Amino acid sequence: MNKLLLGRYLPGDSWVHRLDPRTKLMASFYYIAIIFLANNWQSYLLMFAVTMAMLAASKIKLGFFLRGVRPMIWLILFTVVLQIFFTKGGPTYWSFGWLAITQFGLINGAFIFMRFVLIIFVSTLLTLTTQPLSLADAVESLLRPLRKLHVPVTELALVLQIALRFVPTLMDQTTKIMNAQRARGVDFGSGNLFQQMKAVVPLLIPLFVDSFTIAEDLATAMDARGYQGGDNRTKYRVLRYHRADWLAGAAMVVLTAALVLLRAR
Amino acid sequence: MAEAITIDHLNFHYPDADHPTLKDISLTVNQGEWVAIIGHNGSGKSTLAKNINGLLAPDSGTVVVGGLTLSEETVWAIRAKVGIVFQNPDNQFVGATVADDVAFGLENRGVPRPEMLVRVQDALEAVGMSEFATREPARLSGGQKQRVAIAGIVAQRPDIIILDEATSMLDPAGRAEIVALIQKLREATNLTVLSITHDIDEAAKANRVILLNDGEIKETGTPAEIFAYGPELISLGLDVPYPEKLKAALAARGVAMPSHYLDEEGLVDYLWTLHSTM
Amino acid sequence: MDITFDHVSFTYQAGTPFAGVGLRDITTTIRGGEYTAIIGHTGSGKSTLLQHLNALLKPTSGTVTIGDFTITAETSNKNLRPLRQKVGMVFQFAENQLFEQTVAQDIAFGPKNFGVPEQEALDLAAKMMPLVGLPDTLLDRSPFDLSGGQMRRVAIAGVLAMQPEVLVLDEPTAGLDPAGRLEMMQMFNRLHQESGLTIVLVTHQMDDVADYADNVLVMQNGALVRQGAPADVFADPAWLREHSLGLPKTAVMAEKLAAKGFRFDPLPLTAAALADQLVPQIGGGARE
Repeated sequence: MNKLLLGRYLPGDSWVHRLDPRTKLMASFYYIAIIFLANNWQSYLLMFAVTMAMLAASKIKLGFFLRGVRPMIWLILFTVVLQIFFTKGGPTYWSFGWLAITQFGLINGAFIFMRFVLIIFVSTLLTLTTQPLSLADAVESLLRPLRKLHVPVTELALVLQIALRFVPTLMDQTTKIMNAQRARGVDFGSGNLFQQMKAVVPLLIPLFVDSFTIAEDLATAMDARGYQGGDNRTKYRVLRYHRADWLAGAAMVVLTAALVLLRAR
Repeated sequence: MAEAITIDHLNFHYPDADHPTLKDISLTVNQGEWVAIIGHNGSGKSTLAKNINGLLAPDSGTVVVGGLTLSEETVWAIRAKVGIVFQNPDNQFVGATVADDVAFGLENRGVPRPEMLVRVQDALEAVGMSEFATREPARLSGGQKQRVAIAGIVAQRPDIIILDEATSMLDPAGRAEIVALIQKLREATNLTVLSITHDIDEAAKANRVILLNDGEIKETGTPAEIFAYGPELISLGLDVPYPEKLKAALAARGVAMPSHYLDEEGLVDYLWTLHSTM
Repeated sequence: MDITFDHVSFTYQAGTPFAGVGLRDITTTIRGGEYTAIIGHTGSGKSTLLQHLNALLKPTSGTVTIGDFTITAETSNKNLRPLRQKVGMVFQFAENQLFEQTVAQDIAFGPKNFGVPEQEALDLAAKMMPLVGLPDTLLDRSPFDLSGGQMRRVAIAGVLAMQPEVLVLDEPTAGLDPAGRLEMMQMFNRLHQESGLTIVLVTHQMDDVADYADNVLVMQNGALVRQGAPADVFADPAWLREHSLGLPKTAVMAEKLAAKGFRFDPLPLTAAALADQLVPQIGGGARE
């Protein structure tokens, strides 16, 4: 669990860290979308260069992002292999019955590989440089127009905020209960599937009980502090766009234009 | 003196319990007073606290807080007057950061943001947590989390603060920290404090101690009057104050000891007198 | 069974930017049959040290020897069960580990994991009840119907049922009322005295250290900064205050009395010891 980097936040003070979370969220989605515009080596090279520049700007070590890719490597390779075998065209280098490796297949495989890596890099960059809480703020702010359609955006945002707030608490509790049960002779993660599932029961039940206690205590505390729900609440946290955010937006426009010029028609 | 809390013949029974939890409780807490409620676990102390701000509704009897009789109409107004610090530091921390948590109560009451900023900052300053404003709760000690809970209450400017075993999950340093903080806040404002506690040092700070036993008020008195119970205090839900322990040890060795309560300084003086007249 | 630490260091999440030091070069021995207390601030490394006592954590460098077991960074996680059986661990708020349908089954859970047959384990569970001061009638109840204090006792019974040689206690009385605290500390002391159980207690209560411990380890910032008998460790009040560790109440009282002109040698740590030294100085015994 410690190995997967996607979803973790690494405190830092680069200008990537300081961007408004809404900018980062929108730009990441947009960036991932335009990766699909790239269709030749020039356009992929451009995207690769821009991605590397963004990683460098975050001041986070490259090795870190590479480690983030590692847990996904089998999924990536599987997709790449499928591409290689199932795309036909150009000279054939090897064939066996209906299986064949062609030039197009190899090129397509390489592109798919690039696409995967770039997407993982960018999404890892987003979570590494943005506090989960800020992301929640960004989602709330971007979804606010939905309030007109009677979607309880404010309540959902509070639920999300509280959920994020209690992730470390529950992780902590999980470690404690695991330790207690290991001390009573439970081996987590060993034995056959049935034994492993059985070992999880002494962990899950206490966690479940604990979550209920937390929920009850929290509801009581919120009640005591005057929480009544609804839209009459004011907000302490506000998000504001700064110059860097507009610049980031402009950079996305320039990048799109360059990509359109470079891609094969 | 104005009465901050008046409870008159209150009875409370949890629906699934065999026995009533609170039986015919009547008490008053005056404005600016510090009252400690002690009693062993399960004696009904926390249930009493929840009846004061309408988190639980009594089966019979009345609760008057700051001149308002508790009812469905007044409950939110009363909750604005009463802040409660609960036992578990983690489970009452709503906000994702210290400042967010302090702001939570203000957001609920629709306080405009400019005023909120000022109040949050002031409250954090009052509890000495300003430099932690952007910290996440996972990186705070238990004592610090309770200070944040107190800041959240201070920011709402209530008249009454209830400490519901607020120090019981803290280490001795955290405990001392909270007791000192409450004392400081009381000196700065005319805050009424109701502390539900097992902690002898917390009880010693009170003007008055109410002893709860099996849902009934057994005794009310000054800390010195209650502490004079000596070793019996253990079964009543409080530790024996150290001077009482030493008195018991000396009495067991045949030394004549006064029956009234002496604090540490008092006992030192008493023993020195014995030494001098030896 | 002794537990020996030889230059043990531990780093959390070693090799990542989230790394943090847990233990720094700890060398000490916890002798079998003794009652050892570990004191220090929250975050001083006490809990990390505890988790090395039954290999829940393995040292990043150095060696922990627990009876016949030698634990280093390279030790495999397999075959640690016999070790876990020998070192029973009661964690803070131990009631959180309960999960079975009945009290009896929960207490029997540990022994069953260590290979005790079902019926034997249930018999063992019944035998544990009086040890922790619970009535037999609770055996068939759901642990979740009990009071907080009773749940904690069930959890402790579940650890005792493993029949460990060493009992490790991490602030076992936290959150209990004074009567519950006193009863529980006396219960552990009885187990220590009567069954010769080795006890390792992590606590913030200096009075408990003075009342029960043979040996004290003082942790600070991941390092072991002092160790010895309570009388030695508490003999230096200035040092303890400097590290804001606190003193037993008796020691504080004795200091106040000494300031008036009373003389104490050695510094008394319990009310009984203080009373013994006071009696001749106030002529109390003379009347007998």
